[in-house]
Amino acid sequence: MAIDTEERKAPLPERLASQMTKIGDQVQSSQAWTSIFRPGSIFRKGYTDSPRNRSYVIMNSVLYHLHPVKVKRHAVKVSYTLCLGGLSFFLFILETVTGIFLMFFYRPTAAQAWDDIYVLQTSVTFGLLVRNMHRWGAHLMVLTVFLHMARVFYHGAYKPPREFNWVIGVILLTLTLLLSFTGYLLPWDQLALWAVTVGTNMMGYTPVFGEQVRFVLLGGVEIGTDTLLRWYVLHVLMLPFVLVIFLAIHFWRVRKDGGISGPL
Amino acid sequence: MAEIPEHLRKRAEEARAKAEAAKAAAASPGNGAAAAAASDAQKSEAESKIPAHLLERSKAARAQASDEPVAAPAAAGEGSGGVAVAAPPAVAAAAPGVTGPGGHTQRLLTVVKSGSIQDVKSKPQDKVHVWPHLLVVEFVAALFITAFTLVFAIFVNAPLLELANFNQTPNPSKAPWYFLGLQELLTMFHPMVAGVTIPGIGLLALMLAPYIDKNPSLKPEDRKFALSLMTIHLMFWAVLVIIGSFFRGPGFNFIFPWDSGLFFEL
Repeated sequence: MAIDTEERKAPLPERLASQMTKIGDQVQSSQAWTSIFRPGSIFRKGYTDSPRNRSYVIMNSVLYHLHPVKVKRHAVKVSYTLCLGGLSFFLFILETVTGIFLMFFYRPTAAQAWDDIYVLQTSVTFGLLVRNMHRWGAHLMVLTVFLHMARVFYHGAYKPPREFNWVIGVILLTLTLLLSFTGYLLPWDQLALWAVTVGTNMMGYTPVFGEQVRFVLLGGVEIGTDTLLRWYVLHVLMLPFVLVIFLAIHFWRVRKDGGISGPL
Repeated sequence: MAEIPEHLRKRAEEARAKAEAAKAAAASPGNGAAAAAASDAQKSEAESKIPAHLLERSKAARAQASDEPVAAPAAAGEGSGGVAVAAPPAVAAAAPGVTGPGGHTQRLLTVVKSGSIQDVKSKPQDKVHVWPHLLVVEFVAALFITAFTLVFAIFVNAPLLELANFNQTPNPSKAPWYFLGLQELLTMFHPMVAGVTIPGIGLLALMLAPYIDKNPSLKPEDRKFALSLMTIHLMFWAVLVIIGSFFRGPGFNFIFPWDSGLFFEL
């Protein structure tokens, strides 16, 4: 009783504060909380800078644990990697996020595609901005992937034990080009149509089965609404799916080959 | 650097501790050494699966031998993981007092140092924690590229020309910029050579680069040929792309952009 009256006597802010602490303690000791924030999480006991906590930051995060806990000192030098590989990956994520936004407003048919893009630019909040980001991000990604390849070559980082990862890297470059190229058709404007016409005409000259390659790519003998659907599925689903698989192998091999290549 | 499995490392540590103890026992003079050796030997006998009567026999032989001080260090070696010894049954079975050369009752088969089987030592490497050293750099880089894309997207609009029209071919019709090098080749070669053979060979050569270039050195001064070849390769495509992008006008004819204007859309 005495405690009760004392509590009642305390001013409102203090009572509120004690209530909040109580709720906070309850939440933090609940099973859900402890399942999400694993042992060593800074949300359990606060962060103090210690080697142990520095390791926990990496180990307890599903995203960060793509990294090892420690890397060679020269590997963190920006002047060595120029961050190009990481930027390529980050641009892929940016493309995915902006691309998902665009998918809400786009139908891949010859009758609707161009109108959808037009409406997206004129009537959808941030539609134009997000489409611009998606477009420029794509060009930038082609550029960073290409520069990443050049950087790796000039550092001789394709040499043993990293030969296989270099091959994966060349596949990733090809996939990036294909992703960008399939996206090129989707606005269904004059630029898209004729750029893709030029591109697919070239593929038609593949020896022996050139006609078949072209037919499969276009979904017919010439570009039309079937091509649009086909390239849409390639662009939003199949190529990203394949790319993610090769990305996973690429990152995994970096770890298995002992981190990034040594200093010159 | 090869990681040493936990159980192997533990085993190696135990063996080393044992060897250390045995060495200490051997170093201490006189009766102490003999006593330690005897207790060591008893322990190892208890663990082994040698028939009891053979054990009795060898114990009797060893008791005799331990009277002579020379034998003590050899006996001390027994039980340590690193040394393989055999008490020859022939000696044990012979009449008491008969020993091998130098009075030894046992033969040293081989000495296997633990380091020769497993390299326990790991060379120290200059390493830093990923958090904060690498994650901070990555975060700043991601922030920078997002800001750059965002600002660029605010000021420059992506092109959206009029609706696709099959009956109206724009002049010039150009592929996306990264394929303009190929389109440029089309003006010089048969389409099969320009569109398939040359890029195909280029990609294949790229993929095979690590298997062709067997030079193990990373130093630029040792790799002059590889570096020049790659530079020529990259410059080849860069020049073609630049010509295709900026120096090709109507009819894909050669123009100067400062005279005839730009015919280039991203």
